[in-house]
Amino acid sequence: MADNSHSEVMARKGNDKENSGKRVTAMTILTAMGVIGVLTFLLASLLLFASRKLHVEEDPRLDVVEAMLPHNNCGACGYPSCRLFAEALVAAAVLPGKCTVSSEAERDKIATFLHVEAGVEVKQVARLACAGGANVATKVAHYRGAATCGAAAQVAGGGKGCWWGCLGLGDCERVCDFDAIVMNDHDLPVVDEDKCTACGDCIEACPKDLFSLQRVDHHLWVPCKNLEEGDWIRGYCEVACTACGRCAVDAPGHLITMQNNLPVIDYTKGRDSVGDRGSRVAIERCPTGAIVWIDDSGEITKGAASKKIVRHSMLPEGPS
Amino acid sequence: MAGHFVHRDPSFAHGVHPPMSKEQTRGLAIRQFPFAPVMNIPLAQHIGEAAVPVVREGQEVERGQLLAEPGGFVSVAMHAPASGLIQRIGLMPSIAGKMVTGIYLKPFPGSTQEVSSGTPCDLDSATADEIITAIQRAGIVGLGGAAFPTHVKLKVPAGHSVDTLILNGVECEPYLTTDYRVMLEQRHDIFTGIGYLLKATGARRAIIGIEANKQDAATALRAALPRGHHVSVELLEVKYPQGAEKLLIKALLNRDVPSGGLPADVQAVVVNVATAAEVGRLLPLGRGIQERVITIAGPAIKKPGNYRIPVGTPLRFALDYVGVEKDLSQVFLGGPMMGAALPSLDIPITKGTSGFVAFTERETGGRRRESPCIRCAYCVDACPLFLNPSQLGLLARNEQYETMVEKFHLMDCFECGACSYVCPSHIPLVQYFRAAKVMAKKRRGKP
Repeated sequence: MADNSHSEVMARKGNDKENSGKRVTAMTILTAMGVIGVLTFLLASLLLFASRKLHVEEDPRLDVVEAMLPHNNCGACGYPSCRLFAEALVAAAVLPGKCTVSSEAERDKIATFLHVEAGVEVKQVARLACAGGANVATKVAHYRGAATCGAAAQVAGGGKGCWWGCLGLGDCERVCDFDAIVMNDHDLPVVDEDKCTACGDCIEACPKDLFSLQRVDHHLWVPCKNLEEGDWIRGYCEVACTACGRCAVDAPGHLITMQNNLPVIDYTKGRDSVGDRGSRVAIERCPTGAIVWIDDSGEITKGAASKKIVRHSMLPEGPS
Repeated sequence: MAGHFVHRDPSFAHGVHPPMSKEQTRGLAIRQFPFAPVMNIPLAQHIGEAAVPVVREGQEVERGQLLAEPGGFVSVAMHAPASGLIQRIGLMPSIAGKMVTGIYLKPFPGSTQEVSSGTPCDLDSATADEIITAIQRAGIVGLGGAAFPTHVKLKVPAGHSVDTLILNGVECEPYLTTDYRVMLEQRHDIFTGIGYLLKATGARRAIIGIEANKQDAATALRAALPRGHHVSVELLEVKYPQGAEKLLIKALLNRDVPSGGLPADVQAVVVNVATAAEVGRLLPLGRGIQERVITIAGPAIKKPGNYRIPVGTPLRFALDYVGVEKDLSQVFLGGPMMGAALPSLDIPITKGTSGFVAFTERETGGRRRESPCIRCAYCVDACPLFLNPSQLGLLARNEQYETMVEKFHLMDCFECGACSYVCPSHIPLVQYFRAAKVMAKKRRGKP
């Protein structure tokens, strides 16, 4: 304390000893410059030595290929980052088609650059196995508490009439890094198939395990997880599968089998093996529209016999 | 008045003092509950593997008959709660929020309270292992609420020994008075049960721990203490959650169960008094659990009381029987602190159900908005395990589940709800933790 105040006083009195003060300052600056200069030289030579001695020969194509990738680091290709995927591409371990997230033009560019085939890999997207929005599915209890599906599911299931159905609190929307999931007006998540990178975060987040990764050419889809048979479920959800089995009967061959009261589609048994998987006849007689046809643009078509849903308002909460 | 002159019953550090609200039912003797028109008996009423049914659809069964055999070591048997017809073996709603497999039993109109007996397990001639097997075959699980198979607790792990058997008669959950009534009315069953339990574990002494607000139960038990066994009755401070296993050991024996450890690590085994009473009531007759004592209480109940209710009775039937006020708003299975609010009345009473509490709009109507954490640390002072609920809550919101488990000991939390109870910002902390545990387990399951 005493020393500090002393030096302050000295500084203030600098005018009195102008000359000596100047000499000291100049000397200090020179010393500092000298020290810094030597240090700079030493460190620079160390860096120079390191860069020469420790240099790793890297394929120059790696950076170019990486620049052509989407930089999502989504993991849909099976590699944890775009950089590692680029390494695998350069090493010719995979084909560019594995990246289903980038456009076809981009994939071709990489293929041309690396002189390989583009490779055919069908894009995968996350699909929700529930269609019970608030306009068609009732809640039997009013849920109050932390506004996440994960928390609601811990309170004896969350209060939806259907025990398997989407709780609609949007955990999947929150975890999606690509804004591919948006909750619609009826609290049901809608996946934007163009934005979806099949990273699988929504699959992990959903406490009801409703999401799964599906190839976009899987046109036939059952958006329901109700494992109980019978019409009683229609009291809770108008679009639930009642396990009537009409789709399984109508579909050609063994395309659809009923397992655990739900239609299970064998996508390898479609009309042709690669392109159009599934068969549209299966949806036509479904009374509730629990089996649907999703075309290439992502538009959902229900069968002719399915009950039309015209209600847009929310259903009131039912008795528990 | 200096502090050390005041007599204080032993207890644990931290904790909370919610209103106990036990006056409504504590004076009401246990009454028998009638059979529901259809009983829903889930095959997994306990923690562990589901039981394997030994009956088929359409079969007629007798009250007390074996319905399902244990599906493994951590699993117990299931017995018919009434004489009747097996309607269906299928899915039914459960408290876990999932549909689980169970047996739908339709009692005969003339079904009596007569129970069929099996092979008795004699206390004097049976070995420790025979008693443990008999307990498993009797379908006995922890009746305090967790429904953990009792025989697994009694099977002392190799390399451990047990010197003290603790009987948990604390019942710190507000509204519930089942253990209290059992202690008053089934003293001799409890002491018979203690005999079996001491032999099964090899413990030298038994201590019955009771909260100080149940003086009369302690007096009654002390008056009937059996000769031959080293059994004592200890009073404990009235504080929530005194009934938690680890905290009870701390209060009675001043031993700390290590994080992630078992009571056997500190030479103790804790069994609920109602469980001990069932052991003492069923084993001498070779019977299995087909009913249990529950408390039905709360402002919305017209005929509150303590009932001996058949396992599998749907809540809807139970509520109809006791009558509810018109403005019934919330039903908690278990109790208001640790129990869960129910979305559906089709959920059955299981072995782990210690009671249910129903509230009207008046008690639950006030909307409590969640506000940001103000770092007041009330929750830190309340947590009986010295965790940091405030920090855990923030981490849960940011989905830092791994950090919660590794650095903040999330898995030690037994969800007593003390933190949520004291939080002035009404943050549903325990709910966050429950969801976080599920997510943490999901992520750990990944390669």
